[in-house]
Amino acid sequence: MGGGKIVAGIIAPHPPHLIYAENPPQNEPKSEGGWEQLRWGYERMRESLEEVDYDVIVILSPHWQTYVGTHFLGVENFKSLSVDPVFPNLFRFNYDMQVDIELAKAIHDQAEADGMAVKMMENPDFRVDYGTIVSCHLTRPDWDKPIVSISSNRSRHYYSVEVMQEMMMQLGESTRKAIEASGKRVLLIASNSLSHRHFTTESAIPEDMSKEHITSHAMHLWDMRILDLMREGKTQQVVDEMPEFIEQAISENDGGSLTWMFSALEMPTYSPLMHGYGTIIGTGNVIMEWQHEKKGGI
Amino acid sequence: MSRIIKSLVVPAHPHPYLCPDANQGWANIRAGFDEARRQIEESDADLLIIYSTLWPSIIGHQIISDPNPEWIFVDHDFHDLGSIPYSLNIDAQFAKDWDAANKARGLQSRCVNYHGFPIDGGSVVALKLLNPDNRIPAVICSSNVYANRAETTVLAKACTDAVEASGKKAIAVVIMSMSNRMFTQPVSPDEDAIHSLKDDEWNQKILEFLGEGRLEDLAQLSRTIQGQIRVQKVVSFKPMWWLSAINGQHNNFNGQVLAYEALHGAGGAVVVLDPSEGGIGDKEFDEDDVENYLGDRNVLDAVTEDSIVIEEQSLAEFDSLVLKTLAKEESGPELWQGTEGENLVNTDAAPKPVGPYPHARRIGDLLYLSGVGPRQAQTNSIPGGPIKDENGTPLDYDIEAQTRACIENIKVILEASGSGIDKVLDVTSFLVDMDRDFKGYNKVYSEYFQDVGATRTTLAVRALPTPIAVELKVIASL
Ligand SMILES: [Fe+2]
Repeated sequence: MGGGKIVAGIIAPHPPHLIYAENPPQNEPKSEGGWEQLRWGYERMRESLEEVDYDVIVILSPHWQTYVGTHFLGVENFKSLSVDPVFPNLFRFNYDMQVDIELAKAIHDQAEADGMAVKMMENPDFRVDYGTIVSCHLTRPDWDKPIVSISSNRSRHYYSVEVMQEMMMQLGESTRKAIEASGKRVLLIASNSLSHRHFTTESAIPEDMSKEHITSHAMHLWDMRILDLMREGKTQQVVDEMPEFIEQAISENDGGSLTWMFSALEMPTYSPLMHGYGTIIGTGNVIMEWQHEKKGGI
Repeated sequence: MSRIIKSLVVPAHPHPYLCPDANQGWANIRAGFDEARRQIEESDADLLIIYSTLWPSIIGHQIISDPNPEWIFVDHDFHDLGSIPYSLNIDAQFAKDWDAANKARGLQSRCVNYHGFPIDGGSVVALKLLNPDNRIPAVICSSNVYANRAETTVLAKACTDAVEASGKKAIAVVIMSMSNRMFTQPVSPDEDAIHSLKDDEWNQKILEFLGEGRLEDLAQLSRTIQGQIRVQKVVSFKPMWWLSAINGQHNNFNGQVLAYEALHGAGGAVVVLDPSEGGIGDKEFDEDDVENYLGDRNVLDAVTEDSIVIEEQSLAEFDSLVLKTLAKEESGPELWQGTEGENLVNTDAAPKPVGPYPHARRIGDLLYLSGVGPRQAQTNSIPGGPIKDENGTPLDYDIEAQTRACIENIKVILEASGSGIDKVLDVTSFLVDMDRDFKGYNKVYSEYFQDVGATRTTLAVRALPTPIAVELKVIASL
């Protein structure tokens, strides 16, 4: 086939608070809003993505954690209830999603050919992780595009951030090759927060925005540093500084999603669109879009 | 006698349930589970308490309170081994009681009762294998990713409070791997082995301790074990803190290691600990005990000046620093250095004064002590808990723990002055709530002063300068 391409890549964070705050019909708990800066950011991104023509979403979420290789959802349709194990009070979401098995298998096969340990997840009773669900819902609330969901290999914990990044650079390349060969137009999602130190208590009303702020000035400085680098197109430098960022800001990028996406986008040097930044129970979150096709990417 | 009549350590992987026959090791673990189940059936336990490292929490501690959670469990990694449908019997009332006890001891805590909540695979497998007919109601608690030893210990003590109040006989079950490094490539069942010789040697050492019933000694090695043979996943080697604390922190058990095998490279063991009379005793009890959790670690509100520096320190140091900071702030009046001078005695091992006075003064053969309360020397925390919070709202506190801490402080000052508790001549005691507290105070007092022959006067007072319920004033001979 050939002719496939990555049309855009986004950072779309997945704290369930953002869905809770929006009260979509799929979610049981009800809120009085909250985290508006980020939700407006998602709104801006959705508007921007309206102009992008894509067939499939490919997402890597740190909440499907695998230790034995990288896994890919391999069942055509998943329909179930997702209850967040950490914030069950906020997130009990009925999902119904289509999987692009063909593309999932193509990326799986390419990664395998490139020497990675991979596995298709073909158990229909499997519950899709809430990171995938939250990021996909907020990016595309109509749920009308098929999805390829890639697990987060915890090589950071088994080895080091450096080893994790090496694997994610490879996985990004394999992803790109498989997409190009597929003939499909693809939106990539890196589903992650930036700094990731949580508050350990929750206010009586979770959406009480008088209580929401970054956990420390140091976390803020780190987030702004990484944000600035990304805005200046210095994605290679972000990858280079990742070990320190993960160490000092306990960043959720340890799950590999951002490194994977940058690699798939061939380390973009153009400026991304900045849609919003805000904190959720103290963690730093950005919504950002690399307009790959528009900026002359593959 | 403890109401925890038996304790178990069981592995976290689904293999022994889903495919025990694929490998002799997995079959051995399954047989270990079966033997543990038989021992549970023979006991008169009416509650299974599960602490699972496979259920991490961030906001405090979570306890399942859905009386009948039902769903299908599929492992994130080993989904190809099959699905595990479950329908569990949870003691919802006990869950609520434990939750309340957590809050009473200062912990953030929540009951979880939502249809479809994903019960973790470790708990599902353990209950399927240990309690297959759901005969004994269970309760399941998460493992907080930020909790340190103090917080984990208090979680166990709160659970003990609830067990005592319920009158139940309980079995405590922790779900965990020993070494937790798995193979990162698929391996066929017949190739399974402990990932490395070092992991295996440490696992053997852990099991040697457990086999000898040295649970508290092992708990005190938790940080070392985490560093030596544990991949830094979300939850660290915390369960021994919890298990030892719920048993009263000792080494007196009959230990049985029923199985130890590899589970995709990790170390899985089934161990049963039965409380016994004798045992090896407290050999290495070298860490402070803790009764109440003195504050959340939303430290960045409390410690602004130092936070940037602190961020670069390890989380453990961070937490202990913050605990101290919070403790100082909560205890009320300003702390003073003890007044120095001839014949005056001060010791760092007793709580700092709240005014310009020494801990003790020698006059001839006599030793006069300033009034001494239960505050702890280094942390300023109050064993048994403060009697009120910063807003003046009354709190439940433990008068026995306060009295004991108070007398221990007195012992320290007496010994620092060259005297001792057996040389006490006269005691004046002050209680802020005579009706509530006299009995508990008197009980602990008699443990120490039964044979001393000191005269004593006990007074009710409206308040003491810090949020404590008891203070003692002592005169002794030298
Ligand atoms: Fe997350």
